[in-house]
Amino acid sequence: MKALDRKLWRELWQMKGQAVAIMLVIVCGVAIHVMFGATLDALGQTRARYYQEYRFADVFAALKRAPESLRERIAALPGVAEVETRVVAAVHLDVAGFAEPITGRLVSIPDNREPRLNRLYLRQGRLPAADRNDEVVVSEAFAQAHRLEPGAKLRVVINGRRQALTLVGTALSPEYIHQLRPGSMFPDYQRYGVLWMGRRALGIAYGMEGAFNDVIVGLTDARAAPDVIDELDRLLTPYGGLGAHDREDQASHRFLSEEFRNITLSATLFPVLFLGVAIFLLNVVMNRLIGMQREQIGTLKAFGYGNGAIALHYLKLVLVVVLVGVAVGVFAGAGLGRRLAELYTMFFRFPFLDYRLTFQLVFGAMLLNLGGAMAGTAFALRAAFALRPAEAMRPEQPARYRATVIERLGLQRLLSQPNRMILRHIERRPLKSLLSVLGIALACGVTMAGRFQEATITHMVEVHYKLSQREDLAVTFTEPTSWRAIGSLDSLPGVERVEVYRAAPVRLRFRHHSRRTTLKGVPPGGDLQRLLDADLRLLDLPSEGVLLTDYLGELLGVQAGDRLTVEVLEGSRPVREVPVVGLVKEYLGVAAYMDLAGLNRLLREGPAISGAYLAVDDRERSELYRRLGDIPRIAGTAIREQEIRNFHRTMEQTMLFFTFIATVFAVVIAFGIIYNSARIALTERSRELASLRVLGFTRAEISYILLGELGLLTLVAIPLGFIVGRGICTLFVDGARSELYRIPLIIHPSTYAFAATVVLASALLSGWLVRRKLDRLDLIAVLKTRD
Amino acid sequence: MTDHRDRVFLARDLTKIYPMGEIEVQALRGVDLALFAGEFVVLLGPSGSGKSTLLNILGGLDSPSSGAMQYGGRDLGVYDDAELTRYRREHVGFVFQFYNLIPSLTARENVALVTEIARNPLPPEEALTLVGLADRLDHFPAQLSGGEQQRVAIARAVAKRPEVLLCDEPTGALDVQTGVRVLAVIDRVNRELGTTTVVITHNAAIAAMADRVIHLSNGLIARIDHNAQRQAPEAIVW
Repeated sequence: MKALDRKLWRELWQMKGQAVAIMLVIVCGVAIHVMFGATLDALGQTRARYYQEYRFADVFAALKRAPESLRERIAALPGVAEVETRVVAAVHLDVAGFAEPITGRLVSIPDNREPRLNRLYLRQGRLPAADRNDEVVVSEAFAQAHRLEPGAKLRVVINGRRQALTLVGTALSPEYIHQLRPGSMFPDYQRYGVLWMGRRALGIAYGMEGAFNDVIVGLTDARAAPDVIDELDRLLTPYGGLGAHDREDQASHRFLSEEFRNITLSATLFPVLFLGVAIFLLNVVMNRLIGMQREQIGTLKAFGYGNGAIALHYLKLVLVVVLVGVAVGVFAGAGLGRRLAELYTMFFRFPFLDYRLTFQLVFGAMLLNLGGAMAGTAFALRAAFALRPAEAMRPEQPARYRATVIERLGLQRLLSQPNRMILRHIERRPLKSLLSVLGIALACGVTMAGRFQEATITHMVEVHYKLSQREDLAVTFTEPTSWRAIGSLDSLPGVERVEVYRAAPVRLRFRHHSRRTTLKGVPPGGDLQRLLDADLRLLDLPSEGVLLTDYLGELLGVQAGDRLTVEVLEGSRPVREVPVVGLVKEYLGVAAYMDLAGLNRLLREGPAISGAYLAVDDRERSELYRRLGDIPRIAGTAIREQEIRNFHRTMEQTMLFFTFIATVFAVVIAFGIIYNSARIALTERSRELASLRVLGFTRAEISYILLGELGLLTLVAIPLGFIVGRGICTLFVDGARSELYRIPLIIHPSTYAFAATVVLASALLSGWLVRRKLDRLDLIAVLKTRD
Repeated sequence: MTDHRDRVFLARDLTKIYPMGEIEVQALRGVDLALFAGEFVVLLGPSGSGKSTLLNILGGLDSPSSGAMQYGGRDLGVYDDAELTRYRREHVGFVFQFYNLIPSLTARENVALVTEIARNPLPPEEALTLVGLADRLDHFPAQLSGGEQQRVAIARAVAKRPEVLLCDEPTGALDVQTGVRVLAVIDRVNRELGTTTVVITHNAAIAAMADRVIHLSNGLIARIDHNAQRQAPEAIVW
């Protein structure tokens, strides 16, 4: 081995503590980058393959009832490749031993062939036999939630008739990746299930023989969607069509897309942040490390080593640190990425997972880190090379210290000698001090970014479920029902209060914006469902016009006073102009609201309702649940407490894993940055401090001079870090806004406290480690050698 | 006289001005000088007299503000960085007051650092034997005394068989006894290898070793003494 290479290894060994700290920072940056990158790749790949192999349809339409003969006309539409007509029914389910109401969706599959579209991925058992009326396949999630195996019996209420069914298999479907009960935002596999039954059997049970009430279409070209939708609406309107739509408005796909969008955001923001901080640190550290080798560089040059050879020497040093860091980071990131992708696979219930580490991902991480490190190295080397060897070998000129601002203001009496030294040192190298402060502030900021969401989620639940949606139970009817239903609900056991609503699918248009959503009519003065303004104060429902969820208003670009076009997507499909009266603060979901009677008038119908919110007496819940299960009109029942639990579970499954990882990494980065600052300061100033010791300063006093500076910089950096952290959180919150949920920018004091604690603890630990080194400072050796 | 020998260096009207913090220091104010092959020259003068600056310019570590420094008939002033590097690598050996050993390398490796890039070097072991450190090959600088470190530095400087050996206060950080040993090594290298040797010192006693003694004062050559007889280093006391 060449002498210069030996120097490299020995020096690397000498600075191992620091090298490890730098590597850790790189590891964190790279691991986050790889973890998210690989997960994102995997999810995208997996979904694409799933959709393709299981023939996910392109256009969807529900209707009241149409004769099977209509199928031919749909198939003949230009742009249509495949058509599958189906019978879909809302059902009540009874599972032995489960008292709460369960609702389900029963979907037909062709009797003697594979479905052309939305094929099933059979997990267990078999498909229903064509000649049996009582066999059913259920969604795997539902089967698992109730521990149902093939052979299990289910009791179902179809169209008011009770029927016993036998479970013959469990399956997954690209159509129900997200299985959401209508009106719910988060999956609940215990209380909602999807079931598949033979077309003939379901037709008989639901009174749909020779007819269909649902149609799905595969296109020759996705660009044909708008035309096919228009034609389909034209064909289906006479048959009670509820508005055809493409994948964008298909519930599962839409929620999946929103989830993917959120993951993409995290997968972009966190790696950029962490990698950025790591590269920044690498740049600063390399710059200073090489700055300290100035005399050695001078000596090497004096002996005839050229700039190229010296540059290569230091680049090798950087290369070792960076490559080891990147390698460990890729390894850790790949492992964590697999874990995260598996979590998502379980959450989304994909039948398989296409997980692989792409070359671009690994290479990108390596290039970014090497680039950052080399930039820092090149910077320092350029400064060292600019000096003539004679100059480089001379100790640096005593720096141009001067009296600090405080002293210039005549306040030096306030400062002891050591304090003056600290301040003058900081002031002499403002850029270096600024970089240190910035580094620590970044560390503080990323720590906040990983943590703030927990408190925010609590706040979202408080507002949505305690201030706004206050019902105990929400029931939805299979179809609009007369107001008289209130009476029958009122008389159920334990029901203390009933508030009804009418919900209609609509498309809202304003200028060139349009959005498919739900228009909800509610009676004024409700206590269970309340609307809130931007300051979370109760909002009175106006008798005329609509209120929009603030985010929906933003999407449509409307403000109070604008006139909106409402296209109703059911019944006689009226189109109306309606004034926007105001915006409603909502964190979960989006909707438009208006007065119930007003909506009935707009729909040109009598007093009809789609569902009701109930306040109930806890003691009579089980009896109530049993009675609700007997009412065929009720398509779904949502229990608020359960919704809150579902929300938390969804958040935990998707978000908290990586926020936990992000927090751990942020802590490591914070420590890495601060420890390196302290170590570099020690090396740079050990001669000066040894001289002070010789002059009679105690260990405590020189520690104070060195660590006092670190402490002061840390204290300055923390408030700055709060600002940085708030900025990062704002970026995250703004990016994460979706129709599913909007995270409010609420940073709980505990988040600030946590970040400050992490930074202070890192500073204390670093200080302690450096103090140990200071105590072992060999005075003679330090003063005798010049480098 | 030495005029019959080959002229190695020729300096004409050298000046050097340093910016030192906020003031400018004129280190050399017009120096004319010739150095000859194989001679032992001592540059004598108080600190600040410009001797280190002159030595640095001789060694290609620094360049003059004006004037010319010729080596072997070529002006070092027109060399670019790469040419100066090659010049130092192929022709010059340095010994510094504070040794400038690489602390992370052993004695042998410190010498190897130079021999690895030289064209026709002594083996590091031989160079260290020459300075009397055959038994200290694998010691790190921190395990060596000051005199031993300086002898490693000399071995490192001479191992490449340089034409010129430039020593900046080689005994400045050493006690008398050790200093004498170090001087003896330099003297031996000069005699046995025929290396043109320039030693800076502010210690007048050392001047007795030299062929010529150049007295510098305030950036100018004050006078040049010729010693008819070079004194053995062992005979020097200070």
